[in-house]
Amino acid sequence: MADADGAHETRIVTEFLRARPDDSWTMEAARTHNRAYQSLEQAFAMGRPAIVEAVTASVLRGKGGAGFGTGQKWSFLPKDSFPRYLCVNGDEGEPCTFKDHMLIERDPHQLLEGIIISAYAVETELAFVYVRGEFALGAERIGQAIRDAYAQGYLGKNILGSGFNLDVVLHRGAGCYIAGDETGLLSSLEGERAMPRIKPPFPAAQGVYAAPTIVNNVETISTVPHIVRRGADWYNSMGGGKSTGTRIFSVSGHVERPGNYEVELHNTTFRDLIFGLAGGVRDGRSVKFFVPGGASSPWLVPEHLDAPLDMDYVQGELKSMLGSGAVMVFDETTDPLLIAWRLAKFFAHESCGKCTPCREGSGWIEKVLYRMSHGQGRPEDLDLLLSFGNNIVPGLNAPFAQTTICALGPSTMSPVVSLDRWFRDEITERMRRDEERRDTLDVVPA
Amino acid sequence: MGLTDADRGRAQEIIARYPHPKSALLPLLHLAQDRDGWVTPDAMVEIAALLDLTPALVLGVCSFYSMLKREPVGRLVVSVCTNVSCMVNGGSDLFEELRARYAADPDVLVEEVECIAHCDRAPAFQINYDFHGPADADGAAGVIGQYQRGDLVARTISGTSPAAVP
Ligand SMILES: Cc1cc2nc3c(=O)[nH]c(=O)nc-3n(C[C@H](O)[C@H](O)[C@H](O)COP(=O)(O)O)c2cc1C
Repeated sequence: MADADGAHETRIVTEFLRARPDDSWTMEAARTHNRAYQSLEQAFAMGRPAIVEAVTASVLRGKGGAGFGTGQKWSFLPKDSFPRYLCVNGDEGEPCTFKDHMLIERDPHQLLEGIIISAYAVETELAFVYVRGEFALGAERIGQAIRDAYAQGYLGKNILGSGFNLDVVLHRGAGCYIAGDETGLLSSLEGERAMPRIKPPFPAAQGVYAAPTIVNNVETISTVPHIVRRGADWYNSMGGGKSTGTRIFSVSGHVERPGNYEVELHNTTFRDLIFGLAGGVRDGRSVKFFVPGGASSPWLVPEHLDAPLDMDYVQGELKSMLGSGAVMVFDETTDPLLIAWRLAKFFAHESCGKCTPCREGSGWIEKVLYRMSHGQGRPEDLDLLLSFGNNIVPGLNAPFAQTTICALGPSTMSPVVSLDRWFRDEITERMRRDEERRDTLDVVPA
Repeated sequence: MGLTDADRGRAQEIIARYPHPKSALLPLLHLAQDRDGWVTPDAMVEIAALLDLTPALVLGVCSFYSMLKREPVGRLVVSVCTNVSCMVNGGSDLFEELRARYAADPDVLVEEVECIAHCDRAPAFQINYDFHGPADADGAAGVIGQYQRGDLVARTISGTSPAAVP
């Protein structure tokens, strides 16, 4: 898969689904042509502490957005407090992220194997897979995989003679981004509006039904069987620093070959991803800006193309984040105000309404960005937006401080901060021209 | 519409999966929508009774989630993404054109949706939660036609395969 530029994929969790595009989701193919469920015996033989140790040593970090250490999260479970639960987050709502539904639809057995091992490691007998409501095919595929796994004795009582019991319940969402936040997910799973809950207590201490709960992303859990099988050293031999192993990046926008690319962290750059793998910008155009990690991440510009896909570097040096791994690329014909407005509209629509700064702020940001992007802006509008923003994210410095229960509130400021960082002069000049033009009109356009 | 015995059996089966019955609320709302084509006020009352909740609470949850329709919407729901990767690839135009084309068709609801995670197929859209795209308005109308004629079998407007609806 090496490209002329040397950019290449390192396929771990996407290896099998790429190798067998026509049947990778079936029990038959997964067992015959892949090692599906073969690491279970190994996991049961290793025992719980050794699995947690391997996952911790592998520096496996959550692939849902926050990048929190998976082993560390598991270690937060209070001892001797049962029952506990595992919730797999397949809500995938972060704009332009499209990796988790691929893993659910096309390798559900890998996910299930990860669920069984993780559930065993954290000592729970009931795991939930929360699948975004719109992923009808995904729900069907994982539903079938669960039934097949029961039939084969990989789920249910005394799995493979280990004495370990596990039930897995598929839970379909019904359309809302905020159910992706781990505490929103718990609310949704309990039959409530998917409103996030204040932390602490963190879910590991008090999650679903007020019991200790681990919430992990689909890609994170899908990685676990590989670490059990091949060991932490193998995982750490890829990547570097605290960004080891691989991640799937969903590349979209103005690129030649939009798609999911699984690459080594740390040793791969944005340029490798965007130009080497996704084929560069269409029609011979150039990159004007790109969003490195979903709508919630502050934007980057061409001078950052050679930066490594390293979570700490992108956060520390570039004041942004790799987030959910959604890389959106925009060429020089793109109006950054229009992109900012559309993202602001998303946040305003998806704000659950629980916290005032987010509920009110997201709506006002959307309104002001609408007028700015539609010829009705004023030269002082950018500063107006920043002043709203200061109420949601005091200080406006990344990583963002929070006045809200979940990170959706601060995320509303990412597009605004990005406009200010990279396009202030361009925007101020344009707002001045728009205002002049309006002064020559008799009627203010609607 | 009253619950049939089969519906009740299915509902009990769903409730039994969860440590707490209230967790069955979303699945039961999907079930009602599979059956009736939308979530009727009667269904909310029935679900409330099954879970020992008030109908107001059921409505409160139902109204939070965009897939749950509280009025009849016809047989096909066409969800067109206009979030940024689709927007720069023609998603907004696709939405406007389809909306205009089907404005008078009571059987087809064209709705604008947030990112549906198929940005590699931008502009992406779903028809009863089957993924399609990229397409222009003529292409999309062609696919809608296939569902209308029955060449393609539509899921329910909750995205359930018709084979799985009792
Ligand atoms: C508004 C919001 C939306 C989120 N959406 C998702 C999502 O769709 N999928 C996901 O895995 N994590 C999402 N997260 C992150 C989760 O809260 C949580 O960190 C993650 O599921 C933990 O799993 P991980 O440690 O394996 O990444 C979201 C967070 C916020 C604040």
